[in-house]
Amino acid sequence: MCTTCGCGDEAGTRISNLAGELQTPGPGHLHSHTDEHGRTYTHEHPDSHQHAHADSHDHHPGHADGHHHADPGTETILLEQNLLAKNDLLAATNRGWLAGRGVRAFNVMSSPGAGKTTLLVRTLTELGGRLNAGVIEGDQETSLDADRIRATGRPVIQINTGAGCHLDADMLRHGLDALSPEPGSTVFIENVGNLVCPALFDLGETAKVVIVSVTEGDDKPQKYPHMFMAADLVIVNKSDLLPYVDFDVDECLRRIRQINPRAEFITLSATTGEGLADWYGWLDGATSPAAAPTPGAARPEPLTGSLTEAH
Amino acid sequence: MHELSITQGLVEAVLHRTGERTVTAVNLRIGPLSGVLADAVRFCFEVATAGTPMAGARLRIDEPQGRGRCRNCQDEFTLSDLILLCPCGSADVEVLSGRELMLMSVEVA
Repeated sequence: MCTTCGCGDEAGTRISNLAGELQTPGPGHLHSHTDEHGRTYTHEHPDSHQHAHADSHDHHPGHADGHHHADPGTETILLEQNLLAKNDLLAATNRGWLAGRGVRAFNVMSSPGAGKTTLLVRTLTELGGRLNAGVIEGDQETSLDADRIRATGRPVIQINTGAGCHLDADMLRHGLDALSPEPGSTVFIENVGNLVCPALFDLGETAKVVIVSVTEGDDKPQKYPHMFMAADLVIVNKSDLLPYVDFDVDECLRRIRQINPRAEFITLSATTGEGLADWYGWLDGATSPAAAPTPGAARPEPLTGSLTEAH
Repeated sequence: MHELSITQGLVEAVLHRTGERTVTAVNLRIGPLSGVLADAVRFCFEVATAGTPMAGARLRIDEPQGRGRCRNCQDEFTLSDLILLCPCGSADVEVLSGRELMLMSVEVA
């Protein structure tokens, strides 16, 4: 295991190319460590954090920043920075990259088996040429989902996170490089099936779409509040199964509203097609980041956005 | 286990500032509404710091209480989870604290 970042060498992140061939991560792969000087620390150099560069930022005496000396022999360095600062910075870079190309990116999240891939396959098939879209698939292992998307004739990149339980902004960066979406197009990011971890990691996406299926129970929003709080759109999928399960759509909506008053809400069945018109209408109305005044700023209390200000 | 990647990010951020100096203590502030479990960070800390100048450093985590203010009745109250509901019944609640996820300071030898 890499002692710098803790990821497994074998189970590290891999990214496919458009032909579906998995790439071996080389130097600068996803678990490399890049500092603000543009230096990249890779697994092969676990001790490279030792700042061999010539500049002397805050390591030398005589500095004027927030150091103070607690007791002889030790020194306290005040940092007061968000623990997610690095991811948020990379996400901001992604947001700018997407905006510059007028590309809309939708981060689609749910628990495993809620129907993310089924909805995407149906959407790409039915909208056909009306929606110029590519997909970035995130899974711990296999390219099974990417294969399903590829069958629709749409470009797709598979990211295998190995041990990772979510996509982060750096992974999306690499996925976008591999996918190379056309200006003005749409990218669906299918996150790793997980209602917990992906909620915390801003990718720089245009909107977060959370899917809950009726077989999961209408109490999911309260069990996983971070995910539903982060959502811009909540889709209740598998509505065709409502007659057979104990799922109250209104109750689910009420619970989501309690956590997130601004989320939009669509009930549909990706299998039968019921309600899909609402989803297509939402896609039509979702603005590109270039057109939106300040992407992300419309959220009154974004979960991660508020973390920096909190103290 | 997003706490592992967050702890790895913590180690990177600290080493970026401290370089080769031995880090003896790390001070964090993690609120109950941050989505990150302090105990899970403690669990990951040893693994993430192994083989670095942070190995063996003391980890202190300040866990402030979650506080909310109702925009309807202006009452302030403790928030233990993200179900933002005022005792008066209103769900229009402003989170005052509890979402902190901060690297506050480190001590170096």
